[in-house]
Amino acid sequence: MGYREDGLIKLGLYVSYVALALGALFGLLQVLERIPGVTIVSAGTYYLALTAHGVLMALVFTTFFIMSLATYVVTRELGMDTYSPKLNRLSYALVALGTVMAAVPILLGKASVLYTFYPPMKASPFFYIGATVLVIGTWVFAANLLLTVRKWRSAGNSGKLPLGVFGVVATLIIWYIATIGVAIEMLFQLIPWSLGVVERIDPLLARNFFWYFGHPLVYFWLLPAYIAWYTILPRLLNVRLFSDFLARVVFVLFILFSTPVGYHHQFMDPGIEAGWKFLHTTTTFFVFVPSLITAFTITATMEMAARARGGRGLLGWVRALPWRDPVFASIAFAMILFGFGGATGAVNAGNNLNYVVHNTAWIPGHLHLTVGTAVALTFMGLSYLLLPQLVGRELHSRRLALVQVYLWFFGMLLFSSAMHYLGILGSPRRTYDVSFGGAQVAQEWGPFLIAAAAGGVLLFASVALFLYNVLRTITSGARVELQQPGEVPVPEGAPGIVDNFRLFVAIALVLVLIAYLLPTAKIISLGTPGAPPVEIR
Amino acid sequence: MSINRYEKAWLGFSAVMVVAFLSIIGYFSFVAGFQTPQEAEVIDPTRIEEDGRFAEPRVEEVIPGELYNVYMVARMWSYSPKELSVPRGAYVKFYITSPDVQHGFHVVGTNVQANVIPGYVTVITAKFEKPGEYLIVCNEYCGRGHQFMQAKLLVTEG
Repeated sequence: MGYREDGLIKLGLYVSYVALALGALFGLLQVLERIPGVTIVSAGTYYLALTAHGVLMALVFTTFFIMSLATYVVTRELGMDTYSPKLNRLSYALVALGTVMAAVPILLGKASVLYTFYPPMKASPFFYIGATVLVIGTWVFAANLLLTVRKWRSAGNSGKLPLGVFGVVATLIIWYIATIGVAIEMLFQLIPWSLGVVERIDPLLARNFFWYFGHPLVYFWLLPAYIAWYTILPRLLNVRLFSDFLARVVFVLFILFSTPVGYHHQFMDPGIEAGWKFLHTTTTFFVFVPSLITAFTITATMEMAARARGGRGLLGWVRALPWRDPVFASIAFAMILFGFGGATGAVNAGNNLNYVVHNTAWIPGHLHLTVGTAVALTFMGLSYLLLPQLVGRELHSRRLALVQVYLWFFGMLLFSSAMHYLGILGSPRRTYDVSFGGAQVAQEWGPFLIAAAAGGVLLFASVALFLYNVLRTITSGARVELQQPGEVPVPEGAPGIVDNFRLFVAIALVLVLIAYLLPTAKIISLGTPGAPPVEIR
Repeated sequence: MSINRYEKAWLGFSAVMVVAFLSIIGYFSFVAGFQTPQEAEVIDPTRIEEDGRFAEPRVEEVIPGELYNVYMVARMWSYSPKELSVPRGAYVKFYITSPDVQHGFHVVGTNVQANVIPGYVTVITAKFEKPGEYLIVCNEYCGRGHQFMQAKLLVTEG
């Protein structure tokens, strides 16, 4: 047997796969519906599907997978059960309850407000309360893991934290800081207003708090993928990570710069002064640095492995990498597409470049490279590695897994290129039908909408293959002996400056205050009478 | 804690790139004047018709050929006015508000765009140099009829 948490780790993964399956169906529906001349569902159903796709993929799939991955990393690397398996169960139960409370109104069409839920468009109060319960569940979850690390320390482990655990701690810290924003928005604005306790809401202030949360949310998704790149890839390739120290610096930089960046989602908003917007542009560019370091460290690690396998030449070593290993291929492709995503993200982050692409198809093009590939493809590849260990069965088919990974890569290349191009042409995102009554300029979008749909079909096929492989593995893979929790190697060296989490949390909070305190006060001081709710219709 | 020399070079390259990007963006923001929307007035979204500008949405000629004010209402799911016309090369100051939910405002093919937020008046200034017919679309989801929300901008030879 493994650890006491293993049952929940598995359950969390299964829930994430169900979300992935439903989310993929809704995604397929969207790309097909947007082909010029094609009508499959009504506009109302389209926007329901759009909301469900965003919530299921970006919030449910990711959150459950990340909870399971974080628990897996902590139990394995520290070689112990979590602080309180009971608290762990409670956290999963709360997250599941919150998910159901939010998902039911979405599927009933009572919460087609998209995953950004901008007021004064009003969803069922259950949607907001469910989302809040989900977040509270993650707080309990994070507390339990942090207490686990403390327990490990007080058991006489005075050395460095294992790198994976270090990354988990950073992720949880970012999550705590980020969710302050959405908690304020929910508790002081959306919930009382949706229940009719207060009549009006300030939609600009709500956007302010939402994006305080909404951008660091992406690092909550991304960092677990980085943890896998940093810890699992070297094991896969049988080399040491090129630089353990810089990997830790990367996680620290994310703690510092993840949150004070939210206005790069609000460059087009009135009521926030240009200077504050430029400050957030600056911090957003700072947050590129840890990803640039990661690109170097991971590539260098791959090169060391390739040269050890006989790879030669300035770039010829690339061929010596195990491209037929689905786990390796998933991480390598995830990183390559994330490179493109980073480049297009630099456009989003520039306050005066942003108005060419803001709210156009460029944005979903970008986020499908980042969360949709760097994160999602890594998680699928990881599943091929972790599931067999957790269920004690062999992977059903390595070949199907490999096909799945390549399908995702090429499908996403097609989908996201088309979407980026549509964005440059001005085609809006989040829109059922972009023909605009046959307007000349809209007709130029047709070929790219078809290309995006073709990419979407490949992606759907990839998810279908993934789910089939996972299902066959769970139900009928050849039995193998479960790995026994063995001796856990403790990293060499004493904790250094990078292990001083308290200091970094303090600096991060100061940066958040600098970036947000005055502009938020300014919005409040404008004193809008606010907006009454508008029911979805 | 020693850092490899290639890694140092890469860190230096990263730093130079970030500084270069920020300098270019900063120059165009604050020197060349390519600025994002920032002005805002507040307004009661349930009573916008009490404001003469939004009771009668229109294009107002302030200085012929040079400055025009556009008073615009974005609502579920249309803009008023539906069609507007301004001469090329003139400054066009848009005042846009919404009586219901959030909307977008994007003149397709240009960098003129802004979010429209109920409770606020969005104020942006633009200048159109190329005559022709432009499509204005709402690019912020605003409900079931979001895809119908469009307007037409005519930039005349002046």
